[in-house]
Amino acid sequence: MRVNFTVNGRQQEADDVWEGESLLYVLRERLGLPGSKNACEQGECGSCTVRLDGVPVCSCLVAAGQVEGREVVTVEGLADFAKQRAEGGGCASGACGTTLQNAQQWQAGGTDSQTGEGTELSAIQQAFIDAGAVQCGFCTPGLLVAADEMLERNPTPTDADIREALSGNLCRCTGYEKIMDAVRLAAARQSEAV
Amino acid sequence: MASPSGTPTKITQGSQTKGGIGESTLRPDGTLKVTGEFAYSSDMWHEDMLWGQILRSTVAHAEIVSIDTGEALAMPGVYAVLTYDDLPTAVKNYGLEIQDTPVLAHGKVRHHGEPVALVAADHPETARRAAAKIKVDYRELPVITDEASATAPDAILIHENRDDHHAGHVPHPNIVHRQPIIRGDVAAARERADVIVTGEYTFGMQDQAFLGPESGLAVPEEDGGVHLYIATQWLHSDLRQMAPVLGLPEDKVRMTLSGVGGAFGGREDLSMQIHACLLALRTGKPVKIVYNRFESFFGHVHRHPAKLYYEHGATKDGKLTHMKCRIVLDGGAYASASPAVVGNASSLSVGPYVVEDVDIEAIALYTNNPPCGAMRGFGAVQACFAYEAQMDKLAAKLGMDPVEFRRLNAMEQGTLLPTGQPVDSPAPVAELLRRVKAMPMPPERQWESSEGADVRQLPGGLSNTTHGEGVVRGVGYAVGIKNVGFSEGFDDYSTAKVRMEVVAGEPVATVHTAMAEVGQGGVTVHAQIARTELGVTQVTIHPADTQVGSAGSTSASRQTYVTGGAVKNSCELVREKVLEIGRRKFGSYHPAWATAELLLEGGKVVTDGGEVLSDLVDVLEDETVEVEAEWRHRPTEPFDLRTGQGNGHVQYSFAAHRAVVEVDTELGLVKVIELACAQDVGKALNPLSVLGQIQGGTTQGLGVAVMEEIVVDPKTAKVKNPSFTDYLIPTILDTPTIPVDVLELADDHAPYGLRGIGEAPTLSSTPAVLAAIRNATGLELNRTPVRPEHLTGTQLSEG
Repeated sequence: MRVNFTVNGRQQEADDVWEGESLLYVLRERLGLPGSKNACEQGECGSCTVRLDGVPVCSCLVAAGQVEGREVVTVEGLADFAKQRAEGGGCASGACGTTLQNAQQWQAGGTDSQTGEGTELSAIQQAFIDAGAVQCGFCTPGLLVAADEMLERNPTPTDADIREALSGNLCRCTGYEKIMDAVRLAAARQSEAV
Repeated sequence: MASPSGTPTKITQGSQTKGGIGESTLRPDGTLKVTGEFAYSSDMWHEDMLWGQILRSTVAHAEIVSIDTGEALAMPGVYAVLTYDDLPTAVKNYGLEIQDTPVLAHGKVRHHGEPVALVAADHPETARRAAAKIKVDYRELPVITDEASATAPDAILIHENRDDHHAGHVPHPNIVHRQPIIRGDVAAARERADVIVTGEYTFGMQDQAFLGPESGLAVPEEDGGVHLYIATQWLHSDLRQMAPVLGLPEDKVRMTLSGVGGAFGGREDLSMQIHACLLALRTGKPVKIVYNRFESFFGHVHRHPAKLYYEHGATKDGKLTHMKCRIVLDGGAYASASPAVVGNASSLSVGPYVVEDVDIEAIALYTNNPPCGAMRGFGAVQACFAYEAQMDKLAAKLGMDPVEFRRLNAMEQGTLLPTGQPVDSPAPVAELLRRVKAMPMPPERQWESSEGADVRQLPGGLSNTTHGEGVVRGVGYAVGIKNVGFSEGFDDYSTAKVRMEVVAGEPVATVHTAMAEVGQGGVTVHAQIARTELGVTQVTIHPADTQVGSAGSTSASRQTYVTGGAVKNSCELVREKVLEIGRRKFGSYHPAWATAELLLEGGKVVTDGGEVLSDLVDVLEDETVEVEAEWRHRPTEPFDLRTGQGNGHVQYSFAAHRAVVEVDTELGLVKVIELACAQDVGKALNPLSVLGQIQGGTTQGLGVAVMEEIVVDPKTAKVKNPSFTDYLIPTILDTPTIPVDVLELADDHAPYGLRGIGEAPTLSSTPAVLAAIRNATGLELNRTPVRPEHLTGTQLSEG
């Protein structure tokens, strides 16, 4: 079957999709967006978290056909998504879109041989780097999408709020302390910026 | 053939990130990892690639009567189906130390989930369905699941006709390796004991549960070879095991490290490496294999479950008199790292204490349980769980404070291990205990708020099972000792290639090693070392591959020490060459070129007095300086097979924990409130990364204290919980705050005085949590993980 949907503001079309394929598989294997991760493919680890019409979901549990005509934001589009939210004042639906030019910019980044120092990142992405919340990094994309969504709803979370919001995202490397630090840091920077 | 997408690229760091050793510089791969652009092995993609699938045994022990692949081969979209009969050479087994593991089962399967056949197809689902159509007729055999069944007189031999180098000295062919350690006179020392405590302890089977599943892409090459992009812990070890099975010389098997989503020991053994290459070479097409989580639980070895029998004695003034122990590790169906795990378990079985009279025996069994091998802590974890429980029992029996009792018996620099080897670097065991005890305690009844109980802070959490009723607090302490680096005479070297040249008017160092960056931050440290040694800002990290010499394994807390040492050494050799060029060019202009100690700092050649002699750019101009060199730490020796004596270890790492728990004693639910850690790290090359290692290791120890266990049915030897639904690892809700006190006492034998740090926190975390639960409940609790039924007395049976 063919599936038409919007990914990071850009219209996408996936052909020859087998009915049993997940949104995660279509993103990773058909659209060249492997940022969403495949740690368990059973909805337990959160590494594949994306936003579907604004709602964080495990993309491994969403059948590809279910996203027909809908809006998906992945980690690859998170920086643009956050930027547009900041500029446009709210983008909770996930439908605020990325220009074609911007979309091509982040896609081209994958072949850059540099660290991407100077790359424009969302607050939560930068905070994860600065706080040391990234080790192997396999949980990172899902955590970023989930944490960004929580900060959108709740810009001043308590520690208990953060733990509750991120309890569906497993991390095996960090012991979560630096992830807590990163979310606190992003929240603090955002509140300073307002 | 076109190159695949997702190949690793050089990463240059320095335009914004500076910093040498001792600074918390940020990861060079950090931006790639937060934007989703960092390519892991499962992200590799190639035009026209096929998907590989492994058919695994559904039973634990059986003869294979027949395999029928006809129906699978006939499926549209299937390109190849391979069994044992398709293996191309006479070499059909592999293994880290003992080559006992079949690439594909031949005539017999020895554990649940053993690879039997391979499929390559144009879609992963097609491959899965084809694998399901392969008909394997098994004739089941009785299963061997424990020491009694393994060593019974009529026990079936898991491996017949053993000819490995341990076969001659083990008391039974179903014992992989046995290491006794005898020192002093236990019988006489026992006479001096005023109190004696004994214990029998059980340690459950833990999984590494790295998040990035086993995966890789094998691309056939025009010269008949193959290029494998892989997530592993040691490229050259994989290569050494793969090439003979593939029938290729090693230079025709090219290996490139792809992004690795965690390891923790679980990638020391081969998983899908040979399988992907066999399918690629057979079909002439690139083949990608990605395990799902279910398969991952069968696709790598686990931490050895263990039974540990201990006896300690002490005088009434609290001095340990003797220790006897017997440690039985279940190695499962194949040897993997079992011999080395036995060496660690035995030589570290006393813990960080002074005990002169010991009688120790450790063995690893062959059984039909899942194969076990390396996991963070490697044999020292199981022992620490048991000896720390013993310390608490002794302290209680003597009426002493458990921390003071430990401090009274703590090892220090110069103490002899039971192997007779002196600990010849700082061993601040008593100090770590003092520090961790001195850390402020978390406030009581944290769950209370003006709006009533915040159930998120209570055992049971949002299940809303208590508002504080039946909740009891407990506090427990533990300390441990872990060896660093490969022991027992292993030639544990690493190789680093370092290049220096001028790029765009700036001196740039390039570091090329085969070190597996698995998340630990080795690449960050390599850039820091290059900056410190070569005075540059920009450092390029070359992707890890087999075009450079071996870096050894990312295991045993060794990479910062050994590959870090190799990078430092190669940088020093590059520096000498750069200075030679400088002397040649400028030596006649300034006497200091010939007389002074010269350094490279801030892009310049300077004297040790700080005088600038030249810019590096002017020294190098268009010359490139490159050195590839091996580097070794001090050699070690094997342990004597009869007495266990020998200088077997390189270095030690010490950590202490204090756990604070709250237990709902009615429901048996545990909430760990805080896990404080004090650790000696020698020298923190990157303090932020050090904290990350300590907190991460601590959390894995917490996991095996209260939730993590692979449950194997004792009747069938089948795994009952191969999923993240049923095998639970700590979430952010299960994990407490982990305050860390870092001590830096230099080990003069090591580069910069550093200590390998990754594993020690995984040792003491578990027994500290258990001690805290015992403190809260008054229960004896001789097994880990602790489950609710162990706390409520509703346990039906062991297991």
